Amino acid sequence: MVPRFASVLDIARDIREGATSATRVLEEHLSRIDAREGEIHAFNLVTRDEALASAACIDADIAAGKPVGPLAGVPIALKDNMCTRGVPTTCSSKILEGWKPPYNATVVTKLHDAGAIVVGKTNLDEFAMGSSTENSAFGPTRNPLDTSRVPGGSSGGSAAAVAAGFAAASLGSDTGGSIRQPAALCGLVGVKPTYGLVSRQGLIAFASSLDQIGPFTHTVADAALLMEVIGGHDPLDSTSLPNAAPQLGVVLDRGVEGLRIGRVVDMPSGSEPEVLARLEAAFAALEAAGATVVDVRLPSLEYGLTAYYLVAPAEASSNLARYDGVRYGMRVDAPDLNAMYAATRSAGFGAEVKRRIMLGTYALSAGYYDAYYGKALKVRRLIADDFAAAYGSCDVVLTPTSPTVAFPFGDKTADPLAMYLCDVFTIPTNLAGHAAMSVPFGTGAHGLPVGVQVLAPALGEETMFRVAAALERAS
Amino acid sequence: MSNASTAPSNASTLPDGWEMVIGLEVHVELHTATKLFSASPNRFGDAPNTNIDPVTLGLPGALPVLNRKAVELAIRLGLALNCRVQASTFHRKNYFYPDLPKAYQISQYDQPLNIDGYLMLPGDVRIGIERAHLEEDTGKSTHFGGSSGRIHGSDYSLVDFNRAGVPLVEIVSRPDIRNSDQARQYVNELRSILLAVGASDAKMEEGSMRVDVNVSVRRPGEPLGTRCEIKNVNSVRGVGRAIDYEARRQVDLIESGGVVRQETRHWDDAEGRTHTLRSKEDADDYRYFLEPDLVLLDPDTEWVEAIRASLPPLPAARRAGLATLTGADKESEAVYVVVERGQDVYVATVAAAGGEPSRTLVYVQQAFAEESSTPRVPAADLAALTILERDSKVTATQAKTILAELVANGGGDAAAIAAAKGFEALDTSAVEAMVDAAIAAQSDAWAKYCAGEEKAAGALVGAVMKASQGKADGKVVTAVLQARRAAG
Repeated sequence: MVPRFASVLDIARDIREGATSATRVLEEHLSRIDAREGEIHAFNLVTRDEALASAACIDADIAAGKPVGPLAGVPIALKDNMCTRGVPTTCSSKILEGWKPPYNATVVTKLHDAGAIVVGKTNLDEFAMGSSTENSAFGPTRNPLDTSRVPGGSSGGSAAAVAAGFAAASLGSDTGGSIRQPAALCGLVGVKPTYGLVSRQGLIAFASSLDQIGPFTHTVADAALLMEVIGGHDPLDSTSLPNAAPQLGVVLDRGVEGLRIGRVVDMPSGSEPEVLARLEAAFAALEAAGATVVDVRLPSLEYGLTAYYLVAPAEASSNLARYDGVRYGMRVDAPDLNAMYAATRSAGFGAEVKRRIMLGTYALSAGYYDAYYGKALKVRRLIADDFAAAYGSCDVVLTPTSPTVAFPFGDKTADPLAMYLCDVFTIPTNLAGHAAMSVPFGTGAHGLPVGVQVLAPALGEETMFRVAAALERAS
Repeated sequence: MSNASTAPSNASTLPDGWEMVIGLEVHVELHTATKLFSASPNRFGDAPNTNIDPVTLGLPGALPVLNRKAVELAIRLGLALNCRVQASTFHRKNYFYPDLPKAYQISQYDQPLNIDGYLMLPGDVRIGIERAHLEEDTGKSTHFGGSSGRIHGSDYSLVDFNRAGVPLVEIVSRPDIRNSDQARQYVNELRSILLAVGASDAKMEEGSMRVDVNVSVRRPGEPLGTRCEIKNVNSVRGVGRAIDYEARRQVDLIESGGVVRQETRHWDDAEGRTHTLRSKEDADDYRYFLEPDLVLLDPDTEWVEAIRASLPPLPAARRAGLATLTGADKESEAVYVVVERGQDVYVATVAAAGGEPSRTLVYVQQAFAEESSTPRVPAADLAALTILERDSKVTATQAKTILAELVANGGGDAAAIAAAKGFEALDTSAVEAMVDAAIAAQSDAWAKYCAGEEKAAGALVGAVMKASQGKADGKVVTAVLQARRAAG
């Protein structure tokens, strides 16, 4: 089972009320890092000194009676694809070797403003491309619950950091499931917000039309608080919605009475029986709490994976073209320009990144665009239409987050398609731009945690969190 | 203005039986304070790599935010070119080059902001505008060492990103242009419009206006021939020369049994010829796709109409107005030049102050080249001068002298200057006496003149002018001569 660590809300309250100090809380987390990080490898960088300095500032502010933010003194880890001013930001890729961003991502600024203490930058599949964190150029992250197994990915480091008690919460990014799947595999709450609800400014792009930042926490209430801090309009992100940050903490106790929970009758197969059993238990728990379960059809769901592996690599092929050795990061010298490009990118990118750049370049090429990228965009629209139809008869949809519990290292690395299937349930949300979250709901095979995924329409966070809170109460 | 020519010339440099088909793609930098997608200054001539920021440099995580002013200027330009403004999108044009920081250019592709406009050339020639779309400029590369000035073979290259992200509008004409004169007229007229609406400073020499030329040839009535695109044309004159060279090259090629290949060619202004840059087969596949970091650009009707209402009178309308006021041909050089300088409003003010409009136009054209659109000479002062001349109180020659004083001093009392200089038009009887004296002294010239040789009058008029020390009015002298001849 997942060891229980203090929640964000408890830590923040205790620090505010003087029951403990930011420095003491930070030291507890640093000592757990010292004890287990060598084994887990959740971090690319632990920002110990900066964190201690920040904690001292919070303690001074509290001692002076100054007002502090809702996350004052709470240790938080950041996926290493979010820009931090003056602190190396690598995307777990060699190509960004030595690069220090001259600016903070909007979410980083918001965390700072809320008083959070950043403890470090967490490991990921290179450029967030993967489902196990085995694609990191700096070596894999281990699942703290079973170190022979992966933590999921691509935000595996952020999930492991919270599961191991290295940070009270963390931020990840979710392009096709990269928050929800590792949350499920590490027994955490993980949220993929509605596209545009959280600013992408300073998030190093994988697939811009799909990427969203969201939190990993131990509790639904913590996730609600993190959403309130990081959400809301950002004029620096043109795709940012005009909405203010959602107020989710207040909805958690409202229950689910009268809500209609969608059960997908034509759900893609291949899930472990224990996972499906937990899903059934979740339906039963919600019914017991007063919700109704209704059958819905999402016929285009099965094409989601295919569409995703055209749309995401296509955007990635363009987003990653800037890593050319000219202005920053790695450069491998060569006799002429094209040779320099080739040598730099050959040395700087790992196999999975290269595979997706090639896939995406091909999908966008003249003569192939209509058959691949163009068709994928149509599927994307169909999926959105299917969801719209389903949400005519239900408020949220429940599916497994991941077809399996955490799997052993090397299990899927030889077969990219098997790895891609990890995200079969999570990808459609990104394609539709909707909200979804994974909530831990008991255990499956090997006693490992199983996550249930709550899907909601765009800006359906309030209902989604009510259902998540009900599941948490029942688990 | 070099093409302020009177009538449209349809002179072709091609052999009989051939016709040019020309389309122009003109890039203009918009005159905004900041870049298209970031807050860095949009300023020419600053020290390299000073007007930069994370968005300009394409740093990881940096996102574009569209500049509202750039959109407004692009709409102004579109409306001035009679375009329809529509909901539009941005695409990524992907290619690798060191001065393209993101390795893609954000540009409008299949849904441009402005479509279906036109521009009128002298002689009521209408040139269609297919589109005028927004895009960002690239940085500027300079290659050192090697002989070609290009990246291949150079020792090293430097990139200045000050220009990267500067807002551009690309104005694509339809292939409606038929000769190099029209092409030059098109560029000049477009430039006048850009200046009039304040969209761009449109300086070809600074690169804020850049012209790519598409040229093909055909026998009239036949389908379009294969076109070549010519790049690196850096002056209006160059546009004409490049077109004439390229069209001739294509005709010669076809007539000698060859085939024109679709390709991009480089204009070498010093050599006066074009070279192959790359053929269609080598062309990049730009892998256009919708820019996911930006949203639909859908200017609301109210905004567009407000912009339309704020448009100043455009050059064509101003030329027509000036021509009507002054009785000049609307395609005359004087009308073009004065409108180009923005002095047409001044001419109208002088006329309103009682000035003689046609003389005012001539004075302004000839003497106000160094003045701004609001010349220092008070309108009433210039008006007074034109009246003195109209009433034959001073001669044309004297008027010119007074005009020079007015310009030099920023105004003055024309009558007082005339008096001070002893200018007074001679009365008619004095002129008649001098004419008679000239006829007597130059009987040969008089005989020729009486025989109908008008040129012979020159000698007689000259003699009168000399005798009067320039105080005789040439028009009066000519009139007296004609009267004498008619009287036999």
